[in-house]
Amino acid sequence: MAVNWFPLWLSLRVAALATLVSLALGLWIAYVLANRKFRGKELLDAVVTLPLVLPPTVLGYYLLVALGRTSPLGHLYEYLFGAPLVFTWQAAVVASTFHAIPLLVKSARAAFETVDRSYEKAARNLGASDWRVFWRVTLPLSRRAVIAASVLAFARALGDFGATLMIAGDIPGRTQTASIAIYDAVESGNTLVARVLVLVLSAVAIAIVYAANRLQQRQVIG
Amino acid sequence: MIQARIAKRFPPQPDSAAFSLDIELQARAGVTALFGASGAGKTLTLECIAGFTRPDAGRILLDEQILFDADSHVNLRPQQRNCGYVFQNYALFPHMTLRQNLLFAAERRPRLERHRRVNEMIERFHLADASGRRPHEVSGGQKQRCSIARALIGSPRLLLLDEPARGLDAPLRAELYALLRQIRTEFQVPILLVTHDLDECFELAEDMLIIRDGRVVQSGPPRKILEQPASVEVARLLGIANLFEAEITALDPGRNTSRLRFQDQELTGTYYPGHLLGDRVWLCVRAEELRAVKHNGARPEPNQIAAKLLRVAEKPQSVRLEFSGDIAVELPRQEFERQKDNKDWLVEFPSGSLRVL
Repeated sequence: MAVNWFPLWLSLRVAALATLVSLALGLWIAYVLANRKFRGKELLDAVVTLPLVLPPTVLGYYLLVALGRTSPLGHLYEYLFGAPLVFTWQAAVVASTFHAIPLLVKSARAAFETVDRSYEKAARNLGASDWRVFWRVTLPLSRRAVIAASVLAFARALGDFGATLMIAGDIPGRTQTASIAIYDAVESGNTLVARVLVLVLSAVAIAIVYAANRLQQRQVIG
Repeated sequence: MIQARIAKRFPPQPDSAAFSLDIELQARAGVTALFGASGAGKTLTLECIAGFTRPDAGRILLDEQILFDADSHVNLRPQQRNCGYVFQNYALFPHMTLRQNLLFAAERRPRLERHRRVNEMIERFHLADASGRRPHEVSGGQKQRCSIARALIGSPRLLLLDEPARGLDAPLRAELYALLRQIRTEFQVPILLVTHDLDECFELAEDMLIIRDGRVVQSGPPRKILEQPASVEVARLLGIANLFEAEITALDPGRNTSRLRFQDQELTGTYYPGHLLGDRVWLCVRAEELRAVKHNGARPEPNQIAAKLLRVAEKPQSVRLEFSGDIAVELPRQEFERQKDNKDWLVEFPSGSLRVL
């Protein structure tokens, strides 16, 4: 019996997109948390961290309520794109993004906060806008930590099961990601398929953690 | 010209006591030193002027421009203030070469002029050999010159230096002083120099402000301040070793003399206007103004006090003798060599050296 590779490719694609979206959103949130003082700052931090501690099904349920066809956001999406969001691979991206973003925000905030403030002060003193200070000074000086964090975020996005199942479902050939396919294969007695996917995912995970560790070690030295 | 009146309050924290800054300063082109112990509020003053910290009240004026005014809610961002700032650790961007550091600072200029200006600064500050290297690959002197060049590249109207000589060895320090003197003449802008090194104030500053607990306690040319400290606290900050409680026992404006009693001895000084008979005062004498001579058993002359030598501390150019009664005398090395076999000593207080606070 041939192994169907679609779930693996879908997973990689979803995880890659989710990582990009988490980066765009997460770096911004981390920057705000690290640099601005405002009421409810720690509350924002807690809310962003929530997906890390909530059971994935609970996260998935919230997303389903927030993005379902009867919700305002769901309506808006359907109005804009002509089709509902839930039970599409795009929904899997949303689920993975929420699953992955806390890690990224936490690490990036810590990394931004360890950048010596005098560099940022010097940059502002030399006339650089906040935007330029961030792109030219803060981010380059914390780039290793941020890259390591995105690698881990990618791994987490790759591994999401519960939230994806809740809002993207298990439609073979459309929204069935690797982790869901493994569950499906075991359920229906396809041990070969399950084993192959498990081994491939494990190999990817080991490679990712190894790479992230290497990056973080070098951060400490250089 | 920079004119600033800055007030800022910090309520007590679990890990630090309350602190309040209340400073008024004015500086023209040339070097003005902000001198004081660490924690006195010197760096905080620079941070307020540069715009990194917002004062609670006051007004900061650079030339004709208002940088900050609490009453009219003006608070320019650091980017808009055009104050050169040299940080204590230089704060050169570690991921950029020296040239890129300078380019970053010149980016507001038009493209063509930008490169010309950077090249000019590289030449002027002797950075040609190091310009392609990153800060951690170059020498301390090159880092120092680059940070000063970076602060000056945008033609600031004010230069702020936060303990630039801290942690430098003697040759680098000399190099820095020479560079700063050159900058003082070439760029006619006010330079505020934060330091806790008195020698540095004498070396570089036309004026100095002595800052203690967030207040300016005395200001003026360094030499003048050393000649007449305004208070015991200032004298202590200036490292004046001999500070004694004394009582005025006679005042004679006619003969321009006064008599002081201290440690059960009588000394004659000049007339002290503004003091009354019986006043308890601080007698303040610099160690190098005192003389120590051999006591041959004869009756001490006026203004000589017999004292026991307790300790001898060697210095590069001089020797510091510590006598009983907390009297310290600093003698030139040669003079000490001639007298080092003295058994008993007399300390001589020249009447002109006796200042009362």
